[in-house]
Amino acid sequence: MSVTTAGPRASSATTAAPRVSIRLHSKLHYRLQRYAVEAACMLLGFAIVIWSLTPIYNMWLIALSKHGDIFGGELWPSSPSLESFRVVIYEDFWYLAHFWHQFGNSFYVGLMVMFLTLLIGSLASFTVGRMRLRNGWMLTNAALMTYVIPASFLAIPFYRIMQIYGLGNHLASVILALTTFATPYAIFIFSQYGKSIPMELDESARIDGANPLQIYLRIYLPLMAPALVAVGTYALLLAWNEYLYNFLLLSTPESMTVAVALAQFLNSDESPWNFMMATAIIYALPPIILYYGFRRYMAAGLTMGGVKG
Amino acid sequence: MSVTQQAVAIGRGFAGTRPARRVFFGGVHGTDYVWSIAFAIPYAIIFFAFVVYPIGYGLWMGSDTALYGELFSDPRYLTAVVNTLLYVGIGVNVKMFFAFLLSGFFIRKRWWSKALLVVFILPWATPALPAYMSIHWFLNGQWGMLNNVLYSLFGIDGPVYLNDHWTGLFCNIAAYIWKTLPFWTVILLAGRMSVPQELYEAAAVDGANGLSKFAHITLPMMANLYLVCTLLDMVFALGDFNATFFVSGGGPAMSTEVLATLGIRYAFTIALPRLGVAAVMSALPLLIPLVILLMRKLRMSEGQL
Repeated sequence: MSVTTAGPRASSATTAAPRVSIRLHSKLHYRLQRYAVEAACMLLGFAIVIWSLTPIYNMWLIALSKHGDIFGGELWPSSPSLESFRVVIYEDFWYLAHFWHQFGNSFYVGLMVMFLTLLIGSLASFTVGRMRLRNGWMLTNAALMTYVIPASFLAIPFYRIMQIYGLGNHLASVILALTTFATPYAIFIFSQYGKSIPMELDESARIDGANPLQIYLRIYLPLMAPALVAVGTYALLLAWNEYLYNFLLLSTPESMTVAVALAQFLNSDESPWNFMMATAIIYALPPIILYYGFRRYMAAGLTMGGVKG
Repeated sequence: MSVTQQAVAIGRGFAGTRPARRVFFGGVHGTDYVWSIAFAIPYAIIFFAFVVYPIGYGLWMGSDTALYGELFSDPRYLTAVVNTLLYVGIGVNVKMFFAFLLSGFFIRKRWWSKALLVVFILPWATPALPAYMSIHWFLNGQWGMLNNVLYSLFGIDGPVYLNDHWTGLFCNIAAYIWKTLPFWTVILLAGRMSVPQELYEAAAVDGANGLSKFAHITLPMMANLYLVCTLLDMVFALGDFNATFFVSGGGPAMSTEVLATLGIRYAFTIALPRLGVAAVMSALPLLIPLVILLMRKLRMSEGQL
């Protein structure tokens, strides 16, 4: 029957019984519409993939090219080589002379920021949320205010006060600065999550004679584990990915983190871009792995609590 | 409580909506009081040493009114103000609009939509620095991939994007959108998922079509979340340093600088730290209303985020 192949107009013209025609018409129409929507979704999905992956692909393209080929206008590496990764791994270029040391610095800063954020944030939210510290709202508001002040706006005075504290060019300065900016989010998430832990647990522990420290250690922290994972991941990623404070507060190659070392490539136009992109990829891998590994927790954390870029 | 309601309930939210029972009967006293103070001390130290002090120091550095005369006579500063307004206005609103649409796309159940979300989230998972460096090179007029593609597909010689004030600025904005779009899409997706399905079912029983469901259920349920996200991202965009610094580098001739990068440039390249602080502080008339509105929204609404 022509109905199945021709468009809806043809169907109404060729079919005799009007009632059947209408039914066929609407069925066909519905099916066509569904295919059109499906096709549009596929197309949008394709556009999303292109949009999301192009800069990432560009990174790999440059990293896998030989230095001369970068300027050849290639859209895929004609002779892909891992040479630039070898250079980075063996620290075979003067910008990269301390690469693994700097990598270690980045890890150290990340882990310290994570630890301090978890410690300070959980203590503060415990005393406000569970012990109901008098005027605890002031602490809460202080955290909220810190959360909505852009970190880059405080960079110049931060640089000065770190000199005053005698922490210039010291990893501790970056650790303390980043802990300052990560803790408000921690307090926020912990307070939200803490509400789901029944107060009766604290009460029964009190009756059994536990002091606040014991309640904090034995009841609060173990039950907060998912929130601790979410915030810990957040703090680690924040510290690893941060650039501005690392750049301002750390100046010698031995004290630098990878982010600062990576940006050094931009200092000269003669930079070997393939080495730079290989460094960038190696630097980007740990946070990406961490992010996808803990995405479930991160997603929970995001929806549980506010957000910070 | 919905997923999103749990989210930005801060302030009053800390005490909970219902008056929670006191574990430490009749409030904290004696040794417990000492404990509770001791637990609050680490954050208090951090707050006073690394928030109050720098803010005070910054206010003191930027307190000289002559600085502002100097600032306003600098054409680079005026350009940066315009750039900042465009950056925040366009970057945030265009992104939020697309994030809202895309959250509607991702909520549709398709066999491939989960895989697509994993790919889509990649720009957010990638650290800003490598991502923006790659975009910088991608946009390079001579050897960048974008112009290579344009040339090999269409035979077009693309412009030198980062050599012009306007294309440079819009490239920065596009890079910022590229980086942060997945994050806000995921937030809005969570918001959409927390809208009770019963509402849609009831509307369907009443004969509502897709459009009226969207207009009368989705929009009103999402409005507050959308507003909070927009405000929050405006604050983030205002303070965003990386996109401008690494994509266009503020060039050509400092014409694509925003206030966040201009302040750093004044302070550390031209060695005028006070002028740098003044440049940043001149954003306060925009920042303070945003912060007040945001703190209010976050506290009062008991969270729709």
